Amino acid sequence: MSAPVKASSAGGEAKVLSPAEIAKDLVITAIITFFILVPIVAIRTPLDQGTLTWHPRFGLAAALCGLVVVGRLALYLFVWNPKAKAALAPADASAPLKAVKGPSLGDRLGPKVAPTLLILAIALPFFFIIIGNADGMFPGWDRRGIDFAITVMLYVMLGWGLNVVVGLAGLLDLGYVAFYAVGAYTYALMATKYLPAWFGPEIKPYAFFISLPIAAILASLWGMILGFPVLRLKGDYLAIVTLAFGEIIYQVLQNWSVFTEGPRGISVPKLTFFGIPFDKSDGGFAATFHVGYNRIVYFAFLYFVILALALLTYFVTKKLRRLPIGRAWEALREDEIACRSLGINTTSTKLTAFAIGAAFGGMAGAFFAVRQEFISPESFKYIESAFILAIVVLGGLGSQIGIVFSAIAIIGATEAFREMEFLKYVLPEGTEPVQFRMLAVGVALVLMMRFRPRGFVTKREPTVYLKEKKAVSGDLVAEGHG
Amino acid sequence: MEYFLQQLINGLTLGSIYGLIAIGYTMVYGIIGMINFAHGDVFMVGSVTSFILVLIGGVSFGLSGNSAGIIILLALVLVVAYAMLVSSVYNWTIERVAYRPLRGSFRLAPLISAIGMSIVLQEFVRIAQEARPKPIQKLVTGGYELMSKQVGEQTFAVTITNMQIFIIISTLVLMTAFTFIIQRTSLGRAQRACEQDTKMASLLGINVDRTISITFIMGAMLAAFAGMLFFLHYTETDFFVGFAAGIKAFTAAVLGGIGSIPGAMMGGLLIGIIEVMWSAYFSVEYKDVAAFTVLVLVLIFMPQGLLGKPEVEKV
Repeated sequence: MSAPVKASSAGGEAKVLSPAEIAKDLVITAIITFFILVPIVAIRTPLDQGTLTWHPRFGLAAALCGLVVVGRLALYLFVWNPKAKAALAPADASAPLKAVKGPSLGDRLGPKVAPTLLILAIALPFFFIIIGNADGMFPGWDRRGIDFAITVMLYVMLGWGLNVVVGLAGLLDLGYVAFYAVGAYTYALMATKYLPAWFGPEIKPYAFFISLPIAAILASLWGMILGFPVLRLKGDYLAIVTLAFGEIIYQVLQNWSVFTEGPRGISVPKLTFFGIPFDKSDGGFAATFHVGYNRIVYFAFLYFVILALALLTYFVTKKLRRLPIGRAWEALREDEIACRSLGINTTSTKLTAFAIGAAFGGMAGAFFAVRQEFISPESFKYIESAFILAIVVLGGLGSQIGIVFSAIAIIGATEAFREMEFLKYVLPEGTEPVQFRMLAVGVALVLMMRFRPRGFVTKREPTVYLKEKKAVSGDLVAEGHG
Repeated sequence: MEYFLQQLINGLTLGSIYGLIAIGYTMVYGIIGMINFAHGDVFMVGSVTSFILVLIGGVSFGLSGNSAGIIILLALVLVVAYAMLVSSVYNWTIERVAYRPLRGSFRLAPLISAIGMSIVLQEFVRIAQEARPKPIQKLVTGGYELMSKQVGEQTFAVTITNMQIFIIISTLVLMTAFTFIIQRTSLGRAQRACEQDTKMASLLGINVDRTISITFIMGAMLAAFAGMLFFLHYTETDFFVGFAAGIKAFTAAVLGGIGSIPGAMMGGLLIGIIEVMWSAYFSVEYKDVAAFTVLVLVLIFMPQGLLGKPEVEKV
């Protein structure tokens, strides 16, 4: 083990190092970690009687530094070690193109996943209501469970909407939250100002269902407005321009107080059962349908509304993928020049992707407004776009089922962070476990791109094929086997 | 006229800061053809680091605006040297961890990884240093009155503060040194070679990986310097300053022609002046909107920028 031997597989650390070299590497790691942690972590700058002061926090920095070094040593011993590598390495993907032999486990389960999830999704609120009302078992879980399910479903819908733009058409959109905002403000302004002004106050109970299509149309119009200028731009530029666009919308919402109420936000009316309010009054839901009044019915209804909207997104996208436009999107994602050479109109292809993705974002925004009953520009910051993007990326760009799992995982993890009280003893004072959620999301994005750029559950098969289906080997494409 | 002149001075000051950040974007883009999305946050790391050091200097060593000029200057040199070191380590690590393994991966991979890195840096600093802005008293005070005019009862004076002089002069010095490195040293030659053709450069014996690392380090040093200037100029910093400043500096890089270093500086100055003039004559609230709109307009109508070469798309 004297001279470094280049191992066959790719990757920065694919060398076999001698103990001395490993020791040197660890020392360098320690020095680098030192500069990363000092002073950002090692010095705390709290307010002390109105003025800033500083306190050292060297213990924490030293502990983190030690953790990094030990972690790297462990990697050398157990992962980058040639013996461990042989055990971990997958069988070679021999032929670059090989026919798919017999259905794999994933293939056999694949068609059953979506229907199973759908049945689960429909049954979910009833399940929560049952366990919530069962004697003293999980008090309050009906409300919390359904709330959680609504949040997940909302992000699943947003993920599916963004998936059209990023996953299918391959246009990295960092300003998706702008369309979400357009939808939310459309509903809020329609319900509070314009509809009552145009049609009188009787319209108010129906406001959501009237505003929903308007939100979709307005958002997709904005999608096209954004789409036009950025048509000529490629990947990186496009991402920055969409980011700038999202910021512009945010700033306008903040500052155009006459129209948007600015940072004070807008209170919006609750959702109704197609005009019947969920309250105790004579015309309310309970009285009309002769059922006992229970607040949980309202939340269950909210859940079914977002479920319906999400399913709409799912099926529209699924159908579009089979149509020429959907295939054009995927072709555009793979190679724009080839796409143009084959006579595909890239302009209209990109514009439709933007418009359709934006329309779903707009509807999700309208739902968000009605659920929150209050909106302000704070909900539509860049970080929200990044969060939705993370859901799409972790689900595997282009995979619709993958997005469901990643939304459950990310939002579930957030809730779990909230619950983990014990972490407070480990963490430095003044930090809450839940603060780490975006940090975890960022780390996940980096790790995903490095190790599983196609996502965890995705599988990219050609929709159209000649004679037999062929799996594309990892040798041919950079994204890895699949 | 006097008002305009005053705004011009303010704009040049701000523009110098943007220009320094923009160079980091443009150099990285020139060599590996990707936007280092986390560059704005490397700038933020430099800014927060220099804040912490200045705070320590203030609390424990009595450094303040009233200290002797030479002591302040000496302290700032120490502060910026350490901030540069820290930022360089950050940017170097980012390149090693998040970008290098992805070379040759699919188109969106490095960019998504960069976005992830940018979130990581922001959240890391937010958690370590808490979210609220960090104000500090003015360190560099005083200034000169250039001219004044009587407007009715009041006098309107065009002034240039010592801080502004410091910013403009140090930017000039840095730019000169930087241009010298790029144009006259073997390192600069290697960088220019990599920029033109990475594969050919590596065939001719240039260590491409090392050159790319050094490029990231140089970009980070300029960003850290800008970070300190930014914090001294606004006497406040927080974990989020890299976001808006990053987009504006990127706009500057695009405006000047991405890949061109003098272009980045020029674009920075222009963006600074546009932002300040917009705030002065139209509205302060929409100053970011103005800068972002410039970005969109430039990309639509002049994607090659002022000094850039038009990009030829090849299969």
